[in-house]
Amino acid sequence: MSILNVEKLTKSFGDVEVLKGVSFSLEEGEVLSVIGSSGGGKTTLLRCINFLETPDTGRITVEGKTAFEGDPSRVNEKQYTPFIDRNVQHSLGLVFQQFNLFPQYSVLGNLTLAPRLAAKKREDFKTAKKEIYAEIDEKALSILKATGLSEKKDNYPCQLSGGQQQRVAIARALMLSPAILCFDEPTSALDPELTGEVLKVIRELRESGHTMIIVTHELEFARRVSDKIIFMANGLIEEMGTPDEIFENPKSEKTRSFIQTDYLSAN
Amino acid sequence: MIARFLEQFPIVFASLNVGFLQTLKLFFVTLVGALPLGLIIAFGSMSSFKPLSAVVKTVIWIVRGSPLMIQLLILYYFPGLVFGANIWGQGETGRFVAASVAFIINYACYFAEIYRGGIQGVPKGQAEAGQVLGLNKRQVFFKITLMQMIKRIVPPMSNEIITLVKDTSLARIIALQELIWAGQSFLKGSQGIAGAIWPMFFTAVYYLAFSAILTVLFSKIEKKMSYFKV
Repeated sequence: MSILNVEKLTKSFGDVEVLKGVSFSLEEGEVLSVIGSSGGGKTTLLRCINFLETPDTGRITVEGKTAFEGDPSRVNEKQYTPFIDRNVQHSLGLVFQQFNLFPQYSVLGNLTLAPRLAAKKREDFKTAKKEIYAEIDEKALSILKATGLSEKKDNYPCQLSGGQQQRVAIARALMLSPAILCFDEPTSALDPELTGEVLKVIRELRESGHTMIIVTHELEFARRVSDKIIFMANGLIEEMGTPDEIFENPKSEKTRSFIQTDYLSAN
Repeated sequence: MIARFLEQFPIVFASLNVGFLQTLKLFFVTLVGALPLGLIIAFGSMSSFKPLSAVVKTVIWIVRGSPLMIQLLILYYFPGLVFGANIWGQGETGRFVAASVAFIINYACYFAEIYRGGIQGVPKGQAEAGQVLGLNKRQVFFKITLMQMIKRIVPPMSNEIITLVKDTSLARIIALQELIWAGQSFLKGSQGIAGAIWPMFFTAVYYLAFSAILTVLFSKIEKKMSYFKV
């Protein structure tokens, strides 16, 4: 069973059709990169999977549970509302292009905020609050260690470089142990010399078996880190395949020209 | 002349202190009422339920668009004129209640607009980051947005609150016995002193001293929140 299934997903903003029926699936432990020129629908696809946008029609299934289902034959009915189960968000993590760290919390505070709030729902919260918080702190410290940020735990986001901020954002997403970790152009807001440290963390996550979806403009990185690559253009999946298939032997003329202009010019 | 001033001073000082106490009471009651009410009004004006936001925006327009002095007069006298009943209670207590209600409504509307600016100034990505981490709307507001909003609104709020210090003098129009009223009483004649204008001048010292304290307080708050940037 696939860990994520997306079927015929559509999404429009007003008259602009951003997703025109996107289907793909992702297996556990796989790393999927989504590439394509700006405006092709990559980010919207990722935001739909993470409930930041509500798709119009299609179906999203996460770990076998239906997260979204919109019937295309009924979408124009006034009374019709598509099915959404936001609880599935527990299985997903998202790292943003602009990091979106919470400026008023320290690095440690950014990591522990959501788990601490989630812990309040536990039945033993009142009796074991101290132990639960200590457990969360311990987990945060071990994740910070793994991402090379132990020394920064008491710093505030404004005291960190862009690369460090993005690593904190990744660490924060890992705190909830998401089944699928999503990245929305994680290095696009960084100076070129800072992208390396972030990409290194993503590569290490791959080695430890994380399932990931990466929307990126870093083609060389996508090629090396991915099991599967989707090339999106005009709201559709133009081509899907292994890195070698996409980069060495693209079937579509659009893929070929995108890779040539974007990739070859950079190398 | 100096001898007469020295003779009048203790009497005037005692009276002004009593008036200033009433000024302070009105100031703090207004803050305690208007700070939370303003937040409720801000949410009303930002509501996606159009009729509600339209009504709230109209109220804000009326309150901000007309003089507070007129609002005081209408609020204090209108119920008595129309229903023939004084709903505010007798004497100084009644005047204080009416003045408090007028000030709270007026200042809540100004605060509401400052809050709205502060909330809408927080980048959308902050709430989105909270959402993907599983926080509900309430938690997003109280744990993420609120603190960033407060930091953003400290300068405009300190402006507005210092204005409030001086605006309390408008309650003189319904004869609330605040600082200006106390100073003016020596012009008309009170406790054997009449035609003295200096007590009016002297009231400025109280306002200045009080706003000095507030200025220091606000710069302390700003400093305290300088550990993070928004």
